[in-house]
Amino acid sequence: MVNVLLITFLMTLFYIAIANRILTFIRVLAVQGVLLFFVVLFQLEEINTFNLILILMETIFFKSIAVPLFLAYIIKRNKITREAEPYLPNFVSLIITTSIVVATILLTNAIKDSALDKIFFIVALSSLFTGLYFIITRRKIVTHIMGYLVIENGVFVLSLAVGTEMTHLVNVGIMLDIFVSVLVLGIFVNRIGNTFEEMSVDNLTNLKD
Amino acid sequence: MFTYYIIFAILLAIGSFFNRNILLRKIMLVAFLLLQTGIAVYGFLNLHKTEMEFFTYDSLGIIFLCVLTILSYTTIYHSYIYLQHRKDNTRNQSLYFFALILLIISMTCVYLANHLGVLWVFIEATTLSVAVLIYHERTQLSLEATWKYVFICSIGITFAFVGIIFLSKGLQGSGSSSLILADIPAHLKNANVFWLKLAFIFMLVGFSTKMGLFPMHTIAVDAHTVAPPPISAFISTTLMNVGFISIFRTYSLMAGTSIQPWMNSILLWCGLLSIFVSVVYILKVNHLKRMFAYSSLEHMGLAAIGIATGGIGYFAAIFHMVLHSFVKASVFYQIDQIHRVFHTYILSKTGNYFSKNITGAIVMLILLISITAMPPSGLFVSEFLIFRSMFEAHQIMALLFILVLFTLVMWALGKNILKMLFVPSSHPIETKEPLKIRPIESVSQFVLLAGAIYLGLNPPAQLVNLINESIMLLPK
Repeated sequence: MVNVLLITFLMTLFYIAIANRILTFIRVLAVQGVLLFFVVLFQLEEINTFNLILILMETIFFKSIAVPLFLAYIIKRNKITREAEPYLPNFVSLIITTSIVVATILLTNAIKDSALDKIFFIVALSSLFTGLYFIITRRKIVTHIMGYLVIENGVFVLSLAVGTEMTHLVNVGIMLDIFVSVLVLGIFVNRIGNTFEEMSVDNLTNLKD
Repeated sequence: MFTYYIIFAILLAIGSFFNRNILLRKIMLVAFLLLQTGIAVYGFLNLHKTEMEFFTYDSLGIIFLCVLTILSYTTIYHSYIYLQHRKDNTRNQSLYFFALILLIISMTCVYLANHLGVLWVFIEATTLSVAVLIYHERTQLSLEATWKYVFICSIGITFAFVGIIFLSKGLQGSGSSSLILADIPAHLKNANVFWLKLAFIFMLVGFSTKMGLFPMHTIAVDAHTVAPPPISAFISTTLMNVGFISIFRTYSLMAGTSIQPWMNSILLWCGLLSIFVSVVYILKVNHLKRMFAYSSLEHMGLAAIGIATGGIGYFAAIFHMVLHSFVKASVFYQIDQIHRVFHTYILSKTGNYFSKNITGAIVMLILLISITAMPPSGLFVSEFLIFRSMFEAHQIMALLFILVLFTLVMWALGKNILKMLFVPSSHPIETKEPLKIRPIESVSQFVLLAGAIYLGLNPPAQLVNLINESIMLLPK
C-alpha cells in the first residue's frame, strides 16, 4: 500500500512538469499532502494521540490546506496570470523530469546498503531534484515557492525513508520554521507584486558588480 | 537560567514590537543587553552545564557567545544612531528592534545548541529574523536582496537538513539514533563512508549559505549591500560565526573517521575558491559595502583553509573568526558615518574624508591596517598561524597562491580607502550638506580595534584555554 502511494506521489511530479496553470500546481501540492499523510499513517508502528495530531498538523492541515489556500490568496491578490510560464516547453520538461527519476533510480541501485528502503529513497531524491528544476525553469516568483514546497515534501519522504526519530520538540520546531518561512516568502511576494508591474524573476537582476 | 533568558528575551522582543514610547524602548534595550550579558557570564562560569536538555555551555559556543554579546552593545548603539538619522517612523523602528532582538536570541541558541536538529531550527530562525532587518530601507534593491537571501538560505538550510538525515542514516549502522553532538563521534567509527560523505557535502553547502563561503556567497554579499550598516556588521560577523560554528561542529563530528583527508581537501578547495572569487571582485568593485563584503568572503575562505590544514590551523581558524568579528564590525559602523557624510556608498563619488570627519578618517586608517593584517593588527597573528599550518601540511603551492592573492587585496583595499581619505572626489560632489558627525560615535570602533590588537598580541589565558578545549577532540 505504501508503495502504491509513493508511486502516485512520483506521478504527481510528472503531472506538475506538464501543468500549464498555476492552480493545477497548487492542487497537486494539496494532493501530495494527503498522500504523505497516508504514507506516514501506514508507516507508523504505534498510534498515540499526540503523534496523530502532529502528523495531521504537518500533512493535512499544513501541506494540504493552509499553504494551498495561502498561495491561492497570493495569486488572487496580486492578479497573477494563470499560466505557469516555464522557460522550456512542456515536452522537454517532461523528459528532464523523467531523466531525473531514472538517474535517481540508477544512483539508488548503486548504493550498497541493505537497510535502505529503495522506493522511499528514489521518491525523495527525485522530488528534491525536480523541485530544484522547477525553481530554475519557471519565471514566476510564486512558482519558486511551489518548487521550494516540492523540495520540502521530498525531504519529508527522505526523513521517513531513514526513519530518523527527532524528538517531538525538534519536530515541532522544524514544522514551525517551514511554516513561517513560507509565510515570510509569501509576504515578500506581495511586496514584489506591489513594487513591480509584473511578478517575474527578470525584475530581480539589479544587484551586481 | 537559560529558560529565564529565553522567556524574558522573547518578552522584551514582543514588548518592543508593540511599544511606541521612546523612553520605554531605551529601557527595554538596556534590559535586553543586561540579560544577554547575564547569560554570557553565567555560561562562562558554568562551563559544560546543560540546560533545557538541548543547550550546553560548551567552550566553542561560549567564545562566540561572548563575541556576540560584546557586539550586541555596539550594534544596538549604532542602530539607534542610524534610525535617528533616517527619521524612520516609530512603527518601523519598533519592528527593527523586535527583529534585532529575535536575531540575537536565535544566534545565542545556535551557539549553545547541542543537538543537530535544534541547531538547524535556530539557523532557520536567524534567516527569518535577519530578513526583516535587511528589508528595513524598503527600496526595490532591498526587496530583491531580501527575497534572494530568504529564498536561497531556506533552500540551503533544507539541504543541510538532508545532510543531517544522511548522517543519521550513517549512525543507524551502529544502532544509534541520537543526534546529540557529544554522542555522535563514538558511533561513527564504523559507519558507512558513503553516507558520511553525502552528509558532509550537503551540510557544508547548506551551512555555507550562512558562512558566506563559495559557491553560496552571492546572497550574503547582496544582503550586505542593502542592509542598514549596523546590520551588515552583524551579517558579516556574528551571522558568519553561526555558519562557521555549524561547519566546525560538523567537521569535528566526522574528524575521527576515515573520511577526514577527503573533508580536508573539500574544505581547502572551498577556501581557495572563496579567496579567489573575492579577490577578483575586490579588484573591480566600486561599492564600499560590497568591497568589504568580499573582504569578509576572503577571511571566511582563510578560516576554512585553517580547518582544512589542521594542526595549529584549528586554533588559528577560531582565533581568526574572533578577531575578524571585532575588526569587521567596526568597519561597518564606520561605513554608516561615511554614508552620512557623502550620502552614497559609491567609491568614486567619495573623497577627502579627512577634511570632513577627522575622527572617522583616523578610524578608517587604522581599519585599513587591521583588515589587511599588517603587523600591529591581531589578524596578522592568526593569519600567520594559518600560513604556518599550511606550510606544515605541505600545501606550499596553495600557500603561494594565497599570498599572491592577499597582496592584490592589500593593494586594492589600500588604493580605494586611501583615495577616499585623501584625494578629492573627481565627480561633482553631492549638493546635500554633509551631516555633522560627533566624534563620540567613533569610540566604539576604537575600543573594538584596540581589543582586536590586544587579543592578537597578548591573548588572555582564558581565551586560549577555551579555544584549546574546543579543538581537543580533533586529531592532532
